Amino acid sequence: MTAHDGPEELEAQFAQWRQYVLRRRELQSPDADELEDHLRGSVDELVAAGLSPDEAFLVAVKRMGSLDELSREFAREHSERLWKQLVLTGDADNPVAATRSRRDLWAMLACAAGAVASVKVPALFGLTFDDDGSFYARNFTLFALPWLAAFLAWRRGARRPMIATLAALFALGVVAANVYPLADDSQSIVVTSLHLPIALWLVVGLAYVADDWRSSRRRMDFIRFTGEWFIYVVLMGLGGGVLSALLFNTFDAIGVDAEEFISQWLLPCGAAAAVVVAGWLVEAKQSVVENIAPVLTRLFTPLFTAALVAFLVAVVWTSHGIDVEREALILFDVLLVVVLGLLLYSLSARDPLAPPGLFDKLQLALVVSALAIDVLVLMEITGRITDEYGSTPNRAAALGENVILLVNLAWSAWLLLTFIRRRTPFASLERWQTSYLPVYAAWAWIVVLVFPPLFTYA
Amino acid sequence: MRVAKDLVAASATPMVLGILTEGESYGYAILRRINELSGGELSWTEGLLYPLLHRLERLGHVESSWQAVAGERKRKYYRITDTGRAELAEQRRQWATVVGALKEIWHDRAPLTVNPLEGLA
Repeated sequence: MTAHDGPEELEAQFAQWRQYVLRRRELQSPDADELEDHLRGSVDELVAAGLSPDEAFLVAVKRMGSLDELSREFAREHSERLWKQLVLTGDADNPVAATRSRRDLWAMLACAAGAVASVKVPALFGLTFDDDGSFYARNFTLFALPWLAAFLAWRRGARRPMIATLAALFALGVVAANVYPLADDSQSIVVTSLHLPIALWLVVGLAYVADDWRSSRRRMDFIRFTGEWFIYVVLMGLGGGVLSALLFNTFDAIGVDAEEFISQWLLPCGAAAAVVVAGWLVEAKQSVVENIAPVLTRLFTPLFTAALVAFLVAVVWTSHGIDVEREALILFDVLLVVVLGLLLYSLSARDPLAPPGLFDKLQLALVVSALAIDVLVLMEITGRITDEYGSTPNRAAALGENVILLVNLAWSAWLLLTFIRRRTPFASLERWQTSYLPVYAAWAWIVVLVFPPLFTYA
Repeated sequence: MRVAKDLVAASATPMVLGILTEGESYGYAILRRINELSGGELSWTEGLLYPLLHRLERLGHVESSWQAVAGERKRKYYRITDTGRAELAEQRRQWATVVGALKEIWHDRAPLTVNPLEGLA
């Protein structure tokens, strides 16, 4: 026997073979153990029959047949393995990860409980959902988002200066929402209720990137987090809707009115808790389940592009100017936000090193057609803002947003074009988007803090 | 002569359960026993045996336990359960019917004239 086929060599071969087996999703660790024992039995027998260990190993592996066929057979019995399952309380095989995810679970439960308590605390001071609706509308994100930020900051092990910054920003949010004397029916209160969540969500983003807030990659992670979080919240909202409807109707059937409980407790508390739970779910599943936001983006980018191009063609064909109603600018802001979202979530899932392809061209078409539509709208509207209606908080905010999005998309279109022509790397597009995030934050804070006094609390 | 794949698959469950009534065993030994019993005519693959064992375990016909053999090495032993014995009895009854019927048909007929070696060629 030579040194080449000594026992260590054989062990190394077994280890390598095992790795090949474990690469198959249908075959799990216990199966690998079982098959390895089988292989060893086979090798032992062949060695006893006079083969060298090396030869015996080769023959035994050959006899076992191809792994493809083996995993196909296993898949028929264990089809559930082809569906990745999210194990929320950790992998039983890995005690360190299990402890960590159990701690996460408890931290999440504590934060969700905090969010639920925050929603109900104002009721102790006599503020009810029915009579003080505008208080709750302004403050809702302030009940839930600080707890989500707390959970994320805890998970990232944020340092004291970062925690102080987060606390200060949320305190600023409280001030913005509650200090100004805004009438319940004023425009400013609507504008604040719409912009405060954006400002606070970016504070959550700061907590998310607490460990490395300058890094472009971490900021991109936050964008991914946002997409997945949103989808989870929507799904939980659907589940909550079914739960409420069932609860209401079943209790109704026995003559008990559950409406009070549902509207005062279940929905507000559930919504606040869902904000935190969704954040925890995204953190827990990060690498387990495929991200869904980029998949939706892939599906909808061609459809939106077709819709926008059709709209542009129709505008030119009918030579009918875009008839912009007083508040229609908001609609086109939403359009730009959707286009930006489609762009962002395809960026987030793209391999930065892949060469430009058809999909990138499609995106360029999408962005350019959205820009063209927006420029038409802006040309239509600029005259009116100044003379016809005068300036109101609504219109100023909508215009500001439009400009911010226009600048972002225009530069994105340029970067996409140069990327497609292979002049700039893909990373510059990603960096542009991530470094633009503070602009949204700054604008949202300006709107909630400066606009009310600027427009004399109109 | 090799037994056709369908027939191997059909007889797999009673074969495994039958072997396990002889006492607890593990994959490699079961495969060797089948080889021995059939004089090497039944070709079983690992892809047939292990998923089958796992299915029988899921159905509660067998139960398994890991036992240490020779140091680090672990081996999964299978043992037949009471429901497994009941299943085996049922399958035996069915096989007896099939075999009985076949014998009835082939009764008194002249033995096969085809030389099995020629059949293989």
